[in-house]
Amino acid sequence: MWKWFQKLASPPHFYQIAGVLRPWLLWPALALLLLGIYGGLFVAPADYLQGDGFRIIYVHVPAAWLSMFTYTLMAVAAGIGLIWRIKLAFCVAAATAPIGAVFTVLALFTGAVWGQPMWGTWWVWDPRLTAELILLFLFVGYILLRNALRETRQADRASAILAIVGVVNVPIIHYSVEWWNSIHQGPSVGKLDAPSIAGDMLWPLLVMVLGYQLLFFGLLTIGVRAQVLDREKQSRWVADLLTNNIGDSANTDTSNKGISNE
Amino acid sequence: MSEFLSMGGYAVYVWTAFFVSFFALLMLYLMTQSGFIKAQKRARRFILSKQDDQP
Repeated sequence: MWKWFQKLASPPHFYQIAGVLRPWLLWPALALLLLGIYGGLFVAPADYLQGDGFRIIYVHVPAAWLSMFTYTLMAVAAGIGLIWRIKLAFCVAAATAPIGAVFTVLALFTGAVWGQPMWGTWWVWDPRLTAELILLFLFVGYILLRNALRETRQADRASAILAIVGVVNVPIIHYSVEWWNSIHQGPSVGKLDAPSIAGDMLWPLLVMVLGYQLLFFGLLTIGVRAQVLDREKQSRWVADLLTNNIGDSANTDTSNKGISNE
Repeated sequence: MSEFLSMGGYAVYVWTAFFVSFFALLMLYLMTQSGFIKAQKRARRFILSKQDDQP
């Protein structure tokens, strides 16, 4: 198990695996998103209280879920990089940040668009909304900090500390509707054995969440490959890969060629 | 059909949310892919410059 993990953490090996995985993640993601849209717009009945306006849930909840998931993953990857000095973990953290920032913007935007007809306002300083906005600032801060520091190792460490400190915000977002009086509705899907949402409304939501999740991992494979290339361009395996003009090939034998960690 | 498009009076909100979400996801994919292609070009330029430096 440890050997497998060590092998996976080697940049050339991961580069190869990510290239193979990419289409297997992105095409099913597209299929699931189309199925989810069909279910959300055509199959799910209108809500008894919110009418058809509730259908925004099918783009709002997946984006909000992914915003928290990506931040948690970024913090875990940054922590692994900081503790075990695994270069690939820093690549994962760096590639996660822009994707997570977009999901957070989408969660805030779709939430505002949903809030206007239901609450009568685009924005309210509610605990959950405020914590989600702080999450966006954390993502943006992480990206800016990385870009501000020229030395890669310094950028890795400083941004990792910010990511780890900021992860405290994730449970605050999740439990804010339970801890404080909130205008935001409580969890609808939290308890899968007894969800407070009808089955016809639930399955498209779960399909959309899965589609967003696969899309995220598909995008992550591309982003991490870009990070690996930027950091490893001095390595022999990258030179072999690119000079053979097979830059995007997943079938390149990169084993035992310049595997380098810090 | 027009009943479906009107979304019970919430058309502006529902369609805006869906359109912006999928447009943003498409742009995110294109930008991530473009970032990868740029990283490939940077690495290739670096390798070529190193090869030029060699006697």
